[in-house]
Amino acid sequence: MLAFIVRRLISTFVVMAVVAILIFLLLRLAPGDPVAILVGDNASPAQIEAVRKQLGLDDPIIVQFWAWASKVLVGDLGISIFSNEPVSKLIGQRLEPTLSLTATTIVFAVVTAVAMGLLAAWKVGTWIDRLVMAISVLSFSVPVFVVGYVLIYIFAIELRWLPVQGYRYIGDGLWDWARHLVLPSIALGLAYIALIARITRTAMLDALAEDYVRTAHAKGVSTRSVLTKHALKNAGVPIVTVIGIGVALLIGGVVITETVFNIPGIGRLVVDAIQTRDYPIIQGVILLFSGIYVIVNLMVDLTYTLLDPRIRT
Amino acid sequence: MAEITGGPSTTSDEASAPTRGSQAWRFVRRNPTLVFGLVILLIMCVMAIFAPLIAADPFSMKPVQRLRAPSDAFWFGTDQLGRDVFARTIWGARVSLAVGISVAVFSVLVGLVIGLFAGTVWWVEAVVMRFMDGLMAIPAILLAIAMVSLFGASVMIVIIAIVIPEVPRVVRLVRSVVLSTREQPYVEAAIAGGAPWWKILIRHILPPTIPPLIVQATYICASAILVEAALSFLGAGTPPEIPTWGNMIAADRIYLSRAPWCIFYPGVALALVVLAVNLVGDGLRDRLDPRIARRM
Repeated sequence: MLAFIVRRLISTFVVMAVVAILIFLLLRLAPGDPVAILVGDNASPAQIEAVRKQLGLDDPIIVQFWAWASKVLVGDLGISIFSNEPVSKLIGQRLEPTLSLTATTIVFAVVTAVAMGLLAAWKVGTWIDRLVMAISVLSFSVPVFVVGYVLIYIFAIELRWLPVQGYRYIGDGLWDWARHLVLPSIALGLAYIALIARITRTAMLDALAEDYVRTAHAKGVSTRSVLTKHALKNAGVPIVTVIGIGVALLIGGVVITETVFNIPGIGRLVVDAIQTRDYPIIQGVILLFSGIYVIVNLMVDLTYTLLDPRIRT
Repeated sequence: MAEITGGPSTTSDEASAPTRGSQAWRFVRRNPTLVFGLVILLIMCVMAIFAPLIAADPFSMKPVQRLRAPSDAFWFGTDQLGRDVFARTIWGARVSLAVGISVAVFSVLVGLVIGLFAGTVWWVEAVVMRFMDGLMAIPAILLAIAMVSLFGASVMIVIIAIVIPEVPRVVRLVRSVVLSTREQPYVEAAIAGGAPWWKILIRHILPPTIPPLIVQATYICASAILVEAALSFLGAGTPPEIPTWGNMIAADRIYLSRAPWCIFYPGVALALVVLAVNLVGDGLRDRLDPRIARRM
């Protein structure tokens, strides 16, 4: 088990190093002067000189990379061109809305999707199964922003049940915070639900075909108990894996959802940076989101050891 | 999954007269989703190719007729500048389909070449696969945003930016097929028979990768269309003067309550195309790749 964890930690470190190298090279490959990209058009000559010195463009590329990477490791992601503030500080200010949105989405999506997949596998071949599969193909095909605007139009503009856009900080009232997150979470979660529901159904079908399920039925265990305790527990590994892989879907979706619903999170930070050509912010957010993706998948792999004793050896 | 096709009377009819029409009909009945997807896709492609003949000028502005509801003159209404939403929706299919198809072709070709040759030297394989793991960890939309902001916005950059994160998925697929093919007795026999390595690669290793790659290519096409639309919508994709579905939705989103048709029609077109491509993918998977079909 220890060997498994150590191996997994090493490969995570390697992947993160590759990500850092790729992002570092991207800026060097771009046409034009990297300094100009990092300081923008309105920089003073002194500023330009400072950044040039900081980057050490005359040093060998390995030295440049190490200078940059050692800063990133301690959380120094550079200075925003537009607001002149450290990127890490700007990201920190936007953390709460993004965390709220993703946390509510993950909880809502995982609960809905596992229930849907369970139901489809239990009633396999019936209209319920076909309905679940049809919903999952459909929600995989409709883009986040189209779902978002349709939801806003129906539930906020026509029915007036929920707010159109915006975000309320959790400190200003739990009810208002939750109301503002309902539509964004549904829009963001739909494709994620489709993915998890499909895998849950497949994994459950495999598990339900096992002998121990038949034995459980035969000895008179209730259907409910067979489904949740025997089958679902054994279908756990693929479901947890896809929850981790699907985080990539959520990360891309967060950027779009925050734009549609005008939520001042990290996604909006990066979209606003497109308009102002604020490359340090874009680079910082890529590093952050790639890091989250890698760490989530590391945690997923480590939970295997809890779910499936066979992997511990 | 066993499917019962027709009663005894129809089977004998088909057996006695296997005309071309009845064969086609049987194909339609056996693969309803594949045919449905293909038909939608075909209609969309025809509309995209013949856009100048079908639709009016997508750029002509009639400021007097801003944000008009759908009518006989403007089937899908008009947008904030008085442009015909129907014409723009038809023209928008061009960029979406072009990006979807080119991304699918390029990423499969690049991934196939890397996947086939990565295994020839052992340390190359290790380096390439770690590199691919790293690429996969970078969120596609963010990588595209970074590339567009560094290299400028154009359809070409958008295509490259979407291809890069798709390549690792193709490489992994090719590797998994190659690794299992390599153990087959006929490959060993070919090596023992002294066939040159490139001949083994082309004759024995390449063919089994084709069917799963065709399936993968359709899914890549669907996801590329979605990413292109998302990038246009975020203002980091196709330049705003080109009518694409993402650009249309981005430009008129503030008029959602006054003129929902400006967002509704391009949105429906987008969803329909992606759905059609996904259905074709599912249909092809069931026909070409029974190994995965059983599991899904």
